[in-house]
Amino acid sequence: MKPTALLINEKDNVVTVTQKLDAGETVTYLDNGELVSVVTSGVPAFHKVARRDIKAGEDVVKYGRIMAVATQDIKAGEHVHTQNVKSKVQ
Amino acid sequence: MEFWGYRRPDGKVGVRNHVLVVATVGCAGEVARKVAESLNGTVSFVCQGGCAAGIKDLEATRAVLLGMIANPNIYGTVAIGLGCEFNKMEDFLALARERTCKPIVGFTIQEEGGSINTIAVATRAAQQMVSEATECVRELCPISELTLGIECGGSDATSGLVSNPVMGLVSDKLIAAGGTSMYSETVEMIGAEHLLAAQAAEPAVAQRILEVVKGREEEQIRSGEDIRKIQPSPGNKAGGITTLEEKSLGCVHKGGHTPVMEMCAYAQVPTRKGLVLMDTPCFDLLSVTAKIAGGCQVVVFTTGRGNTIGNPVAPVMKVTANADTYRHMLDNHDVDMSAVVAGDRSLEEQADITLQEIIKVMNGKLTKAEIQKFGYAETVISQPTDYI
Repeated sequence: MKPTALLINEKDNVVTVTQKLDAGETVTYLDNGELVSVVTSGVPAFHKVARRDIKAGEDVVKYGRIMAVATQDIKAGEHVHTQNVKSKVQ
Repeated sequence: MEFWGYRRPDGKVGVRNHVLVVATVGCAGEVARKVAESLNGTVSFVCQGGCAAGIKDLEATRAVLLGMIANPNIYGTVAIGLGCEFNKMEDFLALARERTCKPIVGFTIQEEGGSINTIAVATRAAQQMVSEATECVRELCPISELTLGIECGGSDATSGLVSNPVMGLVSDKLIAAGGTSMYSETVEMIGAEHLLAAQAAEPAVAQRILEVVKGREEEQIRSGEDIRKIQPSPGNKAGGITTLEEKSLGCVHKGGHTPVMEMCAYAQVPTRKGLVLMDTPCFDLLSVTAKIAGGCQVVVFTTGRGNTIGNPVAPVMKVTANADTYRHMLDNHDVDMSAVVAGDRSLEEQADITLQEIIKVMNGKLTKAEIQKFGYAETVISQPTDYI
């Protein structure tokens, strides 16, 4: 099975999908040479999904660095975007 | 890691062996262009400044011209001026000789008696210099001699996802081998400046990063654009970029993970090896020019929508991870990174392939922009205060 998402840094708690995925489809990405899967609630191409559960108030990490903070609890596989995270510098 | 380069008398190593014909003032531009066009082995670029300029403008013009002359890809220089300009030939030649001991001669059109006479004497001088230059033989040099410039432009979702992270890994590998990697475009650092400051090698560098980025942000606000309010754009958000930090991190990630050693001024040659930043505007033509004036022998340009630009002094390699863009603009792109997006290759594997391709270009393989002789009109010099 080919990956459908990219993990940029192992510290990241989100991955970016390389194609549109519907609810119930599987996000698959390489983590340290191993394929890991998580079922998504649906996500547009090149958007992010949570790798694991992220709690409200927790930092969202991409590129190994903090890119936002969660404004609500986010489940693994859920689309991560403006509806559930916000900037820390804006 | 080694490459075949030209060791210059000032100790630096070039990957090309051009004779530069440079106009030291806009009035000499056509004469310089005609001289360069009439010979093999010469390059030139547009210089529209050099006179009727505020001190900051003149400094910027001189910084780029002198930087291009000192760039190790240049064997030697024929400088052409008018005669009555602010950027006086005598002073300019003295400044050039302070920077490098490489050959340089200068002519002024008023002294030579018009454009045609100047073309004749300057062409003869340039021909002699090309003849000498072509006696130079490449020698095996360590990759630590490389200062790699990294630029990103015409971005799309694949830029922040694949091509910039790949270049980050390339930077890490180059720096581990003792080399230098440079990126610029200060406005794109807004929102990630605190993270860059945390990546600084020492507190003074962190302080300088914060000051420089703040300066550019204030400049933007004065000109009517508050980046923190308008970025990411609606198009960015639709494409999957959620916050300003994420957008800026996608840009700055091309520098990799090693400590930031220095924040250079516009067109300044770094004084330290490793990861260095340069304070430049975001306009690609301008920031590529500034990095090459700062000594980069090669620039890698990551793009998503596709790009064409070259530079007369240094090869500019175009890389993209967008498969459609790569194929649609095959005439212009040098490296296809789309296998990473397709899931057929890892970021790490693509970084190794890209580094090998950079070394091929350093050894003499021509980029597509070089084969098409691009770059003359794509050299842009900052004029911070406009003309008098």
